[in-house]
Amino acid sequence: MSSALDSRKAPTRQPVSRGWAATASVLRLRELPVLIALSVLVIVTYLINPLFLSAQGVKDLLLNATIIMILAVGQTLLIVTRNIDLSVGSILGLVAFGTGSIFAAMPNIPIIAVFGIGMAFGVVLGAVNGILVTVAKVPALVITLGTLYVFRGLNNAWAGGKQYFAGDRPDAFGGLSVDTFLGFPIITLVAVVVVIAVALYMSGTRAGRDLYAIGSDPEAAKAFGIKVSKRVLLAFLANGALAGLAGVLYASRFNSVGATTGTGMELTVIAAAVVGGVAIFGGSGSVTGAALGALLLTTITSSLTAVRVDKFWQQAIVGILILAAIIIDRLASLRTAKKLRISEARNV
Amino acid sequence: MMFDRKKSPRSSRLASLVAVTAVVSMALTACGGSGTPASSGEAAGGDATITFIPKQLNNPYTDVVLAGGKKGAKEAGFSSSNVVGPLEASASSQVSFINAETQAGTNVIVIAANDPDAVCTALGEARSAGAKIVAFDSDTKPECRDVFISQVVAKDVALIQTKLISEQIGGSGEIAILSATANATNQNEWIKFMEEELKSNPAYKDIKLVAKVYGDDNDTKSFQEAQGLMQAHPNLKGIISPTTVGIAATARYLSTSAYKGKVALTGLGLPNEMRPFVKDGTVKEFALWDPAQLGYVASFAGKALKDGKITGKAGDTFTAGELGERKVQDGGLVIVGPPTVFNAANIDKYNF
Repeated sequence: MSSALDSRKAPTRQPVSRGWAATASVLRLRELPVLIALSVLVIVTYLINPLFLSAQGVKDLLLNATIIMILAVGQTLLIVTRNIDLSVGSILGLVAFGTGSIFAAMPNIPIIAVFGIGMAFGVVLGAVNGILVTVAKVPALVITLGTLYVFRGLNNAWAGGKQYFAGDRPDAFGGLSVDTFLGFPIITLVAVVVVIAVALYMSGTRAGRDLYAIGSDPEAAKAFGIKVSKRVLLAFLANGALAGLAGVLYASRFNSVGATTGTGMELTVIAAAVVGGVAIFGGSGSVTGAALGALLLTTITSSLTAVRVDKFWQQAIVGILILAAIIIDRLASLRTAKKLRISEARNV
Repeated sequence: MMFDRKKSPRSSRLASLVAVTAVVSMALTACGGSGTPASSGEAAGGDATITFIPKQLNNPYTDVVLAGGKKGAKEAGFSSSNVVGPLEASASSQVSFINAETQAGTNVIVIAANDPDAVCTALGEARSAGAKIVAFDSDTKPECRDVFISQVVAKDVALIQTKLISEQIGGSGEIAILSATANATNQNEWIKFMEEELKSNPAYKDIKLVAKVYGDDNDTKSFQEAQGLMQAHPNLKGIISPTTVGIAATARYLSTSAYKGKVALTGLGLPNEMRPFVKDGTVKEFALWDPAQLGYVASFAGKALKDGKITGKAGDTFTAGELGERKVQDGGLVIVGPPTVFNAANIDKYNF
């Protein structure tokens, strides 16, 4: 809704340089507030409690954000197309429990194979969502609300009271969330690679720009010849794969995986995307913004704890951030609309 | 009714339909007031039924308790035993399950309350419909149940944990508690005893309790609470986590962080879940009772109540199968046994 600019640009295939410049200006607007908020938060917390930025503190901050970050990237792919996936927490739970089961059954399986299986499992679950949304033409909100419970039900039926613990998995696998490379935990580096890859895809490829076009105006996108169903289905598959990746990483980082793993995570993920400047009605926002949103949300939790603020304030603060993000989004869209009116008036 | 009688010879299917409707409406009216129809119907068959409503299904600790409960139910002579319950441990989530049991005419309801007050109205309806209520693991308000089966004396559980933490931090320094939900009955009672003990016992005068945080028995949340404790309290020397989910999540965090071996951790944990952390040195010693015995004794208490052998008043005694005789104490309290301390030397002997 807020990016008439994006939708105009994608179909008309303007020269790359102009496209980049226009995108960059919008991105600056959308991501700058998150970046500023994050910096202020970290600096203030550090001044009050220097332990916040100790080696262990920084490592914890990054690890806390990693899984939500990956999920927020996947969610952004869908939200920009005016879709949503409420079932990501349940997908993560199923894949995390699946990961535990695989290691329990085959302790010597190569770790990379487990990542492959987990992501493939995620793709299958994402395909269920995607096919229902694109074929049955029911809004994603309703479909994925349904699969949220269906997938969670499957997880409960499959796991029962069974849980797998970190001790059941190889040390090297758990080590991925402990060991660091240049100060970054390995699983965080995985998340960073994901963010960069998807960001390039969304801003630099035709298919990526199509997603924005679909979200800005599905009818116009269709009229222009964009294969809307195919693109949306692919976005669901990609989101499933990323939720699968997040599920495997969850099993690496946390102690237990079982029937309730990942419950309620979807709302944090959507909040991260919205705070990061992804417009909930589609058409604009970036995965970089969503990833920063994830980092901001998880960092707030840690910093409120580090300065010993009552936990119960935390949710209120997250709520205020979401409202602020929406207001900023609205102001940005008004400004864009105004600019467009002026430039079009000149052209006449 | 006249109409029914005329029809019944012609169509037995219609008759059974009417019968079912009648039973359902009887069951429904039974909830409202006098429970005679439902309970007399059950008594005629001579079958006693028992249903367990844990705090949360699919919780590994609960599974061990329930396995003991099912075994006890069978040995005590119940014709059927069921487990129903919520997937999330929240205050009001158990009410609909209690209502369903009332309507089904279950004789004995065994419940671990997520909130001592929230379940009371529903339990009251169940009792007026003739059900006996056994609380276990986590108590309801005393007037809402017949007896409460407690793992151990609440005070003993608290004292063993303060003793263990004191030993592990050398008798002085800052400690914190990482509990389950902020309104969990059993954890709060233990914490109260711990606080009293830390204040009153001169051996603990140098130990300072600096924080109480709640992980809601959620692995991820407990993990982050543990992390928060370390940052908010740089001088922290030890953590007590009187919940199996909390202690395991905290152990996982400590074992993967720079605090491993520097910050002591004890509390209540499941040996199977804690084994790797005891072996890698993150945790020295922790405590628990045998959870299976808890369910086992609850089943026998339920049978004794159902058969009218006990009423839940102080001094009543009943036999809890292979565990022998148990006595009802003041306030309808039944104690299962003393807590066990687990460490590297004995942990491999236990499998739960």
